[in-house]
Amino acid sequence: MSDKVYMVPNPPTPNKGVELNPEICNGCNQCVEICRSDVLMPNPEKGKPPIVLYPDECWFCGCCVDECNQPGAIRMVHPLNQSIVVSWKRKETGEYFRLGMKNPPPPNTRPPVR
Amino acid sequence: MPTWQEFIEEEGHAPEWPYPIRYGEENVITADVLILGGGIAGCHAAINAARKGAKVVVVEKGMAKRSGSGGAGVDHWLGACTNPCSKVTPEEYAKTIIDSAGGYDCGSLRYINAKESWDTLLDCEQMGVQIRDINDEFKGADFRDEETKLMFAYDYENRYNIRVYGHNIKPCLYKEMKQLRVEIYDRVMVTSLLTEGGKQGTRVIGATGVNVRTGEFYVFKAKATVLTTGLPGRIWVFSTELRSSFRDFNNTGEGFAAGWIAGAEFALMEHSGSDSGAFGYIAYGMGNPSNTWYGSPIVDANGKEVPWFDRDGRELKTVQQRFQPAPGQKFILGQGIGVPSNYKNQTNRIPINLPDRIGKGEFTLPFYADLTRLPDQERRAIFGLMVGNEGKSRIPVYDTYTKAGFDPDKDMLQAPVMPPEEYKVTNFWGGMAVPHWRRIGNGGLVVDWDLRTNLEGLYAGGGPIFGAGAHASAATSGRYAGRKAAAYALTATEPVVDRKQVDDEKARVYTPLKQSKSGIGWKELNAGICRIMQDYCGQYKSEETLKIGLRLLKELGESEASTAYAANPHELGRTLECHTLITVGEMVMHACLARKASSTFLNFFRLDHTEVDPPEWHKFLPMKLEDGKVKVKELPLDYHLRPPYAPSYEENYKLHCGLKR
Repeated sequence: MSDKVYMVPNPPTPNKGVELNPEICNGCNQCVEICRSDVLMPNPEKGKPPIVLYPDECWFCGCCVDECNQPGAIRMVHPLNQSIVVSWKRKETGEYFRLGMKNPPPPNTRPPVR
Repeated sequence: MPTWQEFIEEEGHAPEWPYPIRYGEENVITADVLILGGGIAGCHAAINAARKGAKVVVVEKGMAKRSGSGGAGVDHWLGACTNPCSKVTPEEYAKTIIDSAGGYDCGSLRYINAKESWDTLLDCEQMGVQIRDINDEFKGADFRDEETKLMFAYDYENRYNIRVYGHNIKPCLYKEMKQLRVEIYDRVMVTSLLTEGGKQGTRVIGATGVNVRTGEFYVFKAKATVLTTGLPGRIWVFSTELRSSFRDFNNTGEGFAAGWIAGAEFALMEHSGSDSGAFGYIAYGMGNPSNTWYGSPIVDANGKEVPWFDRDGRELKTVQQRFQPAPGQKFILGQGIGVPSNYKNQTNRIPINLPDRIGKGEFTLPFYADLTRLPDQERRAIFGLMVGNEGKSRIPVYDTYTKAGFDPDKDMLQAPVMPPEEYKVTNFWGGMAVPHWRRIGNGGLVVDWDLRTNLEGLYAGGGPIFGAGAHASAATSGRYAGRKAAAYALTATEPVVDRKQVDDEKARVYTPLKQSKSGIGWKELNAGICRIMQDYCGQYKSEETLKIGLRLLKELGESEASTAYAANPHELGRTLECHTLITVGEMVMHACLARKASSTFLNFFRLDHTEVDPPEWHKFLPMKLEDGKVKVKELPLDYHLRPPYAPSYEENYKLHCGLKR
């Protein structure tokens, strides 16, 4: 928790659009350059992850994710009012899963068509 | 500190704008052919103009490598009638679509698409897009041709729509543009067209733009200009709080507004459809049997399968039959074209009376798309080839759901839970449509067989041309318009820019930066415009309310909009978009006033002219500004086959296409 509290506007909605992982991101800003809407801005400190300034203008196209050459550095996050209703049922077991659930099933490893 | 909030907590101040601020600085750029909008149509236009030897400049508000509605990818290519396997002729295809649209479609555009769609796709293949099953992943599938390795969508008998691995199509086009030395100005928003003598209705000789990162100003001088700025959105519905995201947020109709003010002629601006706006779901991301998911089995909560039917109500017992025309039917039209299919070419589907059957308890919600019921190749064609290559689903659905554990071999993807009546449309993820929340229909620039507008020097490709279309038609019309614009530019005289026109535009563009900070911002302004459009130009229209709407738009422009405040170049761009939206809204209202009859084809209903589709109103009502006044004329629906044009598609195409055929 931060000691100092600032007056800031409410978070924009959706809050995220994309999420960066500072452990993996090397601050190359390729995602900044590819984004059609300038959702991301370069960090004033070189080598640091970009700042998500306009998540409310994200088109959720994922081009930033496609462009990134550091796997796991950037992730597209659907708005909650969209992702909360994405669910599926496993036919054999009747198990119910949803996007964003607490303990998700392991990723499907059958290789995707690329 | 990847979030703004974290930055403030750590640094104790807001981050400074990361790009140099250059408000008012002027760059003058000269081109033979100027392309406004670097989406699918714009890139093809640029490439084909450059191949003709023209010096080409592209102006793009986002980043041309990925921007535009087709920027993230494409999974199936429509209307490839001249591919070696096709059993549909360009003539048949064009006529079918025009008939389905009740004649309210652009004949020249439609035929050009049917004629060159396959050639355009071959061109994309040369640039590095995979259009065939070269790895034999689908060897032996019903939808595959063993010789060419092409794979087809919707109609496996007639084989004129092609499934493609188009996820990288935009980067391929971008690379080709770079190789051809096309000059690309990314992050530059078009603000106006320049005309000879600065007058309305004269030759178009370029455009002005503003950089949305630095705020610098651009004057583009060009012998020919191609408008490829896409279809305007955010006119009736705008919310960042609650929104579906099918349409690109950045398409706000700069080309429409700039063309209108320059004196270009538009048709069908009265056409609109109801939209789900905030109630939509992740595009292609919920269980459904439509478009990329065409053919998918739908089951109810108890595992009971919803039957499929052909146009005659004959139940289709096998999966294979879903991809075949009905007995006696020449071909099925498929989906995603932008026109509803009529009986003749109606696409197979789950029952239209599904809402009643839900109401009677025959099916229990929720529904699921059960891909496990499909043969392996069909299943992987949907959740793999198609969902994995269509731009709006590649990362958002295919990649995201796969990482989250969704497995099409084992899992059933749920459909949205909606009121029963919403299941009459098979594209479930579109969500509930609200009558007065609308989206623009097939309105746009009137063009001739050169895809030229009424203004000398101004051509169009993709969304800005009136009539429906999708990825392949944007690509094809862009290619054709680029070729024609280059041919014109090679013979055209040097443009002379009118200084006063530039200065006036410059003053207008920077106004939002000079306003008091107590003015409203672009978001509230956009929402205000939408409220006027919803209330005064919604599902039902009348003379009185449309006139009030026009008055309100004008007042908004003079008061709230003229005092709107922008804090940086990004907000400046968004504020200028709102000014554009006001102009597009006015265009729509003028067009609605001009059509004094209702029309089911145009989804157009007037409370004061209730007669639906009376024959005397079966015509286009092109309109333009002349000396600042709206002028409406009449044009027969088949104007493209009447003098001065030849009476057949083929003859007109041969005379105008500019290819040796």
